[in-house]
Amino acid sequence: MGQRSTMTEGRREATSVPRFTTQSRRRSLRARRLRRGALALILVAPAGLAYLIFVIRPIAMTVQYSFYKWDGVTASTWVGLSNYLAIFHTPELSGSIVNAFELIIFFSLFPVALGLFTANAIRGFATSRLAVVARTVLFLPQIIPLVAAGIMWSWQLSTNGLVNQVLQLVGLGGVTRAWLGDFDTALPAVGVIGAWVLFGLCMLLLLAGMTKIDPALYEAARVDGAGPLREFFSITLPSLRQEITVCLTVTVIAALASFDIVYIATQGGPGNRTLVPGLEIYYACRGTHAARPGRRRPSSVDEP
Amino acid sequence: MIVSRRESWLGRIMLIVLMLVTVLPFVSLFVTALHQSGTYPSGLSWPQTPHWSNFVNAFKVANMGHLLWSSAIIEVGVVPISMLISTLAGFALGHLRPPGGRIIFIGFILGLTLPFEGIIIPLYYQMRDIGLLNTRWAIILPLIGLYMPFAVYWMRAHFINMPQDISEAARIDGANTWQLFWRIHVPLSMPALSSLAILLFLWTWNQFLLAIVLVSDPMQRTMAGALGAFQGQWGTDIPMLCAGSLLILTPTLIIFLIFQRRFVSALLQGSLKG
Repeated sequence: MGQRSTMTEGRREATSVPRFTTQSRRRSLRARRLRRGALALILVAPAGLAYLIFVIRPIAMTVQYSFYKWDGVTASTWVGLSNYLAIFHTPELSGSIVNAFELIIFFSLFPVALGLFTANAIRGFATSRLAVVARTVLFLPQIIPLVAAGIMWSWQLSTNGLVNQVLQLVGLGGVTRAWLGDFDTALPAVGVIGAWVLFGLCMLLLLAGMTKIDPALYEAARVDGAGPLREFFSITLPSLRQEITVCLTVTVIAALASFDIVYIATQGGPGNRTLVPGLEIYYACRGTHAARPGRRRPSSVDEP
Repeated sequence: MIVSRRESWLGRIMLIVLMLVTVLPFVSLFVTALHQSGTYPSGLSWPQTPHWSNFVNAFKVANMGHLLWSSAIIEVGVVPISMLISTLAGFALGHLRPPGGRIIFIGFILGLTLPFEGIIIPLYYQMRDIGLLNTRWAIILPLIGLYMPFAVYWMRAHFINMPQDISEAARIDGANTWQLFWRIHVPLSMPALSSLAILLFLWTWNQFLLAIVLVSDPMQRTMAGALGAFQGQWGTDIPMLCAGSLLILTPTLIIFLIFQRRFVSALLQGSLKG
């Protein structure tokens, strides 16, 4: 590493300090650098173009639409901020945003908290056979389509499903119900699906972070008489700042893009109990839920 | 590291419980798929006579052969082109470092955390205006654009760590930029490229929102998109639905089990970098 950096420095000196070159030589060097720069920009162009057409332009359009009243066919009229105000006045719209935030608790906090706890419990044998098998198994929810996870879990959470079976087995037969059809439990039930999907990724990310922590730190803490709890809060948690940030970012985005799971598991029901912005946008697009695209646009803009 | 026996056992038990929670839904899906079509079995029960024919039926009803073909076409349309243009851009931004490259790169980064829901409506109208709505192009073209932030970020991160000396040496030997890229840097980038290919493949295969919004014919969609239609049609026939779901998630499962190690490290690195 050290050797490499000195080598690059040496090279930089050789090329960028033309101390003994003549005027014309310097000019030709600059021309070459310009030519290479232009070539580099040409190489970026295809990617940039795809990005501009299919991401930047739609984002700009989303922002633009949000200030108009438009049914998607006839001419649109400028309405200023009234679409944004409508979000707060229309319970259906504001409700969907509240739901999305509630889902963040399940999609983000649960997987990250549980992941931290588990990773901490198993970091001592992170390279054992069991942990290697667990690495593969816990990853399964990440690679299947979210749609499949939705179908799978709407079956587990149904009246006859696995969840109720297990509850009966441990003597909690009284609380069994159709979890996704119940007004009180539908949203948490959707949240559980999300937590199931995201837990493995978080756990493995955090575990990978923990294995990078210098073991000497822990040994020093033990020598000083720190318990496991103290160790966790004084060493593990501070060292994992980056990994935790990543986990939270990934899971919050997943919670805001929870469309796949909600669409399959509840379609927004019962009532509007699990309606999320993504689903509203879909209904607006397909025109099945009273097509009012101009009205709905802001809910998508609000997503960071 | 000093770990007490009690702690280690606690960890092992937790790990096993969590693995069970992860796997049991798959098992339940599998045994339910073996029940008689049209019945309403309970979550985890072995049928008296396993109906293996459910899988065959689901394969036929869902037109799975055609779906595999459709997904394959979309993959072929998306993955190679995304890889090529993002690698070129990553090479230019990470290695050649043109003037203004930093700003361009920040522009790409901004799209990194965008939920697809945020731009789906303009995409819908855009596709309608070009006349590509309800064709596979409506999935392929936007996906290429939507992958650019991550793919460019990924390849730039790789190229920025390549020592400049290699390029200097190649240039002294008379290579131009094009040769430098194809002869020297692409062969050296295989690990980064294959990880990217895996990620793009998986995301395309599992893409749902774009598929169901922009393409109304399920036979023109990706596997995941078609599963949505399958659920709409067979939502009440639980064993059939389970058999169909299993069939649809089998291809990714097989590919995952083959490339397991690379998959896990690609996804972990992918989210760490992203």
